[in-house]
Amino acid sequence: MIQCEHIFKSYFAGDVETKVLKDVTFSIADGEFVAIMGPSGSGKSTMMHILGALDTPTQGKYFLDGHDVGKLSDDELAGIRRKKIGFVFQAFNLLTRATVVRNVALPLVYAEITKNQREQLAEKALRETGLDESRYYHLSNQLSGGQMQRVAIARALVNDPALLLADEPTGNLDTQTGEIVLSTFQSLNAQGRTIVLITHEHDVALHAKRIIHIRDGKIISDEINQRQRMANPRPE
Amino acid sequence: MKTSDLFQESYSALTVNKARTALTMLGIIIGIGSVIAMVAIGQGAKDAIQANIASIGSNLISVSPGAQRGVGTFVSSGLGSSQTLTQEDVDALRSGLTQISALDGELSRRYQVTAKGTNTNTQVIGTDSNYPAVHNLNMDSGSFITDQQVANMSKVAVIGPTVWEDLFGTSTPAVGQTIRISGQQFKVVGVTQSKGGSGFANQDDMIFIPISVAQHYLAGPNADGKLYVSAISVSAQNPGAMDAVQQQVTNILLQRHNIGNPASADFTVQNQADIVSAASSVTNTFTMLLASIAGISLLVGGIGIMNMMLTTVTERTREIGLRKSIGATRHDISLQFLTEAVLLTFLGGGIGILFGWLLSLLMTHFTGTQTAISAYSVMLAFGVSAGIGLLFGYYPARRASRLNPIEALRFE
Repeated sequence: MIQCEHIFKSYFAGDVETKVLKDVTFSIADGEFVAIMGPSGSGKSTMMHILGALDTPTQGKYFLDGHDVGKLSDDELAGIRRKKIGFVFQAFNLLTRATVVRNVALPLVYAEITKNQREQLAEKALRETGLDESRYYHLSNQLSGGQMQRVAIARALVNDPALLLADEPTGNLDTQTGEIVLSTFQSLNAQGRTIVLITHEHDVALHAKRIIHIRDGKIISDEINQRQRMANPRPE
Repeated sequence: MKTSDLFQESYSALTVNKARTALTMLGIIIGIGSVIAMVAIGQGAKDAIQANIASIGSNLISVSPGAQRGVGTFVSSGLGSSQTLTQEDVDALRSGLTQISALDGELSRRYQVTAKGTNTNTQVIGTDSNYPAVHNLNMDSGSFITDQQVANMSKVAVIGPTVWEDLFGTSTPAVGQTIRISGQQFKVVGVTQSKGGSGFANQDDMIFIPISVAQHYLAGPNADGKLYVSAISVSAQNPGAMDAVQQQVTNILLQRHNIGNPASADFTVQNQADIVSAASSVTNTFTMLLASIAGISLLVGGIGIMNMMLTTVTERTREIGLRKSIGATRHDISLQFLTEAVLLTFLGGGIGILFGWLLSLLMTHFTGTQTAISAYSVMLAFGVSAGIGLLFGYYPARRASRLNPIEALRFE
């Protein structure tokens, strides 16, 4: 599903080179729930940008669902994001004056799907996240934080992506709501979704089945989370 | 991205901040509105002048004595006051020209005219029976001067409606009355219909008398002892024949006056189209001036659009980042912002046209200035407003489309 081979990423400010990722190699199989964990400045966000096809590595290869994403142009990357990836952000990033359904259906606008079909797909995605149906046609700024994040998850699911990428999805939520959102991810994973969760909080990472630790641009550990394995065995 | 979705997205973006959208649009409304109104005023003036010229006659070619001056100066000094065109020239042209429908010689001068204690100062034109045909003149009562009256040198007069009113008042029938021109008595035999002309071509304030009478009793012969005319008017059969007739007139007169070089001719041949184009060039300049002043306000409106779009792009940086992260291409983003700008200017343009139309109606209503809104200026206004949307929306849209999605998503 995901294969990262010797990925390097550097940023240049003038002549000064900042190496953010230094030789990162790992792979993620279909249906996995992986947490990428590390402190700020560790390179986990850069890792997420590369996994999410928002950025390309300076060196190394990244295969997503069989596509070599490393060497694509901006518009080709946009196509990959449109078809293969669903993003969930810390700040939700919903269109405030649009209804829940319109927010969820937004990615389908760029996929040129007809309006009726968009609404059907949006409602289907919303049902997967367990948002109360009475909220579907509310404006998104009338929702609570937990509801907003579930709308954002539904938006990430609506194009049926190969990979769900969540960047600190609980960062703006209190512990209790964060727990609800994380259990939403767990149930989506139980239905077979591949999920990558980026976080700096150990408690959050513990909800995943596999935890990859990154520090100073290198993987320092990659292990199965025994707790989740016991509690929630993998589908196969 | 589908076109219908594009409009949907743009529409909802524009309605988010209605006050700002309305104010920005106001700039375009005022710009387009004033362009429409100004061009309407210019066009109205042009139409009025052209109608005035057309009322002088159709397919008209006029020959005046005096040297030709520079190109475009149809009022050259000395023109009309010299006496080099003779009655013999008139007769020679009448027999020599083909492709004409009518021709008349005229001898005109201003005189003090009196009748029963009232008097007026007006143009007295000595002419023949062909005048009405050449100048599209119709009779209100009585009849025009006949060939018989010219041959007999009858002291009869046909008066214009303005003269009638000045001398007798319109309640008194004019036909049969007597008027005195330069001490000579004339019997009124007809009154012409009003042509409604005003200004430099007032066709109503005139008196017509037989040309033979004007030549013998009022003017007398010129220095060479010949009877002269102050103008010859020729009506060509159709507009296509005008150039040929003009050339024939010039050739015949050059030959008769023994002049080899057309540049030193002692007469001027003007065709009505020249007069119209000379007058039009004046009104065109006038229209251009007005339109360019209005155009400046349109430009300012366009800059307002650009300003708003740049602000919008900055405000919606995160939204742009989000749209990119869910798969919008550069093209999708730039098209969306461009559509917003064009939608804004197009709506503004539409309202502006209504506004300009209203403004020119008010103008006509309160000042009496004639205005005319042409389909051309409306089309132009629509085109220009859409163009302004594209022009001033392009840079902000490009800026939006080039945003790096990672940085855009982090933007606070």
